[in-house]
Amino acid sequence: MYRSHVLVCGGTGCSSSGSAKIRTEMENEIKKQGLENEVKVVQTGCFGLCALGPIMIVYPEGCFYSRVTVEDVPEIVSEHLLKGRVVTRLLYKETVTENGVKSLNETNFYKKQHRIALRNCGVINPENIEEYIARDGYAALGKALTEMTPEGVIDVILKSGLRGRGGAGFPTGRKWALARTIVPDADQKYVCCNADEGDPGAFMDRSVLEGDPHAVLEAMAIAGYAIGASQGYIYVRAEYPIAVKRLRIAINQAREYGLLGKNIFDSGFDFDIDVRLGAGAFVCGEETALMTSIEGHRGEPRPRPPFPAEKGLFGKPSILNNVETYANVPQIILNGAEWFSAMGTEKSKGTKVFALGGKITNTGLVEVPMGTTLREIIEDIGGGIPNGKKFKAAQTGGPSGGCIPAQHLDTPIDYDNLIAIGSMMGSGGLIVMDEDNCMVDIAKFFLEFTVDESCGKCTPCRIGNKRLLELLNKITDGNGTLEDIDKMEELCHYIKNNSLCGLGQTAPNPVLSTLRYFRDEYVAHIVDKTCPAHVCKKLVRYEITDECRGCTKCARNCPVGAITGKVKEKHVIDQSKCIKCGACMDNCNFKAIIKK
Amino acid sequence: MGKSTISKIPFKGTAEQEQKLRDYIAANKDVQGSLMPIMQEAQEIYGYLPIEVQKIIADSLNIPLEEVYGVATFYAQFTLNPKGQYRIGVCLGTACYVKGSQNVFDKACSELGIGSGDVTDDGKFSLEATRCIGCCGLAPVMTVNDDVYGRLTADDVPKILAKYKDM
Repeated sequence: MYRSHVLVCGGTGCSSSGSAKIRTEMENEIKKQGLENEVKVVQTGCFGLCALGPIMIVYPEGCFYSRVTVEDVPEIVSEHLLKGRVVTRLLYKETVTENGVKSLNETNFYKKQHRIALRNCGVINPENIEEYIARDGYAALGKALTEMTPEGVIDVILKSGLRGRGGAGFPTGRKWALARTIVPDADQKYVCCNADEGDPGAFMDRSVLEGDPHAVLEAMAIAGYAIGASQGYIYVRAEYPIAVKRLRIAINQAREYGLLGKNIFDSGFDFDIDVRLGAGAFVCGEETALMTSIEGHRGEPRPRPPFPAEKGLFGKPSILNNVETYANVPQIILNGAEWFSAMGTEKSKGTKVFALGGKITNTGLVEVPMGTTLREIIEDIGGGIPNGKKFKAAQTGGPSGGCIPAQHLDTPIDYDNLIAIGSMMGSGGLIVMDEDNCMVDIAKFFLEFTVDESCGKCTPCRIGNKRLLELLNKITDGNGTLEDIDKMEELCHYIKNNSLCGLGQTAPNPVLSTLRYFRDEYVAHIVDKTCPAHVCKKLVRYEITDECRGCTKCARNCPVGAITGKVKEKHVIDQSKCIKCGACMDNCNFKAIIKK
Repeated sequence: MGKSTISKIPFKGTAEQEQKLRDYIAANKDVQGSLMPIMQEAQEIYGYLPIEVQKIIADSLNIPLEEVYGVATFYAQFTLNPKGQYRIGVCLGTACYVKGSQNVFDKACSELGIGSGDVTDDGKFSLEATRCIGCCGLAPVMTVNDDVYGRLTADDVPKILAKYKDM
């Protein structure tokens, strides 16, 4: 028995800021003080509050230390672990009250969350199967194999109302039922897991894989039993080395414990899983492209029908679900369909994980019941926008989604409501933008992404999006006309209606949604030739105000010699020479240079 | 998508590297869909996928070279050119972008005098504008090999590069 447990986050965010070194130092310090039989150091998955990383929690007190450095470790050991005195200066300030330390679950960031998919993240050591088993791990697989029929499993998933968490929201139970029945005499079927999280700014799947890999393996085995498959594949991004490593450890451990392999739980059911690495192609998040890629080809999508449930991986009936979808499955099997469907809205049940990023105080991962409003997520959980800036838009759904303006902040978030306001759930990236972000520039950013990632197989996507991007460039260069807006809208609808796969069908969404809510910004670029947020370089003008003291620093730093003026007199910028690099503004000590 | 230029730098593979690759191919050639894992291993061994290596793979798997080349140029992670000793990546994912990573990237370009996908003449640095690397809490982010630098401004770039210039 240990009297204290020190949980150190080993997720990507905290690892990147040095949590591995902190853990080693912690172990060394504990040994030095002779506490190794009293205090245990555990490496966990992501706690979610990445903005404050590296993060450490000390139990039984539940002290939440944030932004810990290696230099802080001796103090934590000698003060807290040895003498029992909490190191207050390192505590997350939200947890410090007049009456002492309050529980993490009482803080604004965690209070409104409800963790199902993330229930083990930041709680267990993901590299130890016994910690997963101690949290009811593999009990759902045991229940399914020994007490339920495959049809019974599908029925529970169907009744729970679980929908795909990868973006499109297709009912998971229906997918499984189709794959079970559509080809009655199939000799082989496959269960695939989509861990190719390519949506920039979304990292929920990675956190599940890093923090609770066994939950995904268990769910895939349950899915295999339900549809009658004996082989599973996890297609994971190669950019996620920690996730890949932990998945491989987890698969080996599950095999050792007989939870993967032949005759699982003596039920006669065989199931095994292989990991396949992606190689950096966004289109491989599309289900048919992903399967083509596992087969070892260029990851181009295939026309549907036939749907993968009928003819998928290697031509066999297959299902593909996203990581977060799988992470919900064991809990649904254990607690029942009614437990799950009691959460959420009428058509979207359960919870959803969002990756909060951009201009928000608490960047990180949050899991909330469906139907929570954007305002609650951004203001209460996310802590609002830093530096006193004003909210402009929240972007959901990544390159396939749209920008949601302030007037829709009180919309309860679910699949259908997001589509109604011109965005989509997507995988759950939620990027917050403030008044300093130009919405035309953001539309351009996403379109550059899709143009780069279009696989080139179908013309509407390959050429249409390129033309769309050219029109956007024309506008941000100050050469746009109002007719260009009409042309863009027409082109957007054409691309949406005629592209082969989801990538092309959704690529124009960022343009359409910004045109819908921020048309005035487009008009400002076209008619007034200005960028209201001062982002689009060609439309920005640097000017020197009367605050100028004539110190000559700007003139000396201008790389093109565009600034002239006498010492102690106001300087002037020659606009015809200015390349808008901003060096003058960065170097001015008197804030005498402004952007217009 | 991926770059399709063929490297002009002479191929310097060793017999040892080739043996390692051939062993891996022999062990995996009968696995369904083994082409990509084999190419990933080859890139691990050689650091990139020159045409000579693609030929070894095509011959051993008995598939056309065109198919190997097609896969190599489709995926962003496969590279036909050698990378620098220090591989610099600046994240241009959404979370980093809205926090100003374009300025960080531009600074890295001007400091090194190269663009995305290029290598400096001395082979020391290569630069890449990367997709989201998933530590959005640290945005904007830059990586040098396995080291991650977060919460950056453009002014931090020269200091970070200087650390590696003398190494």
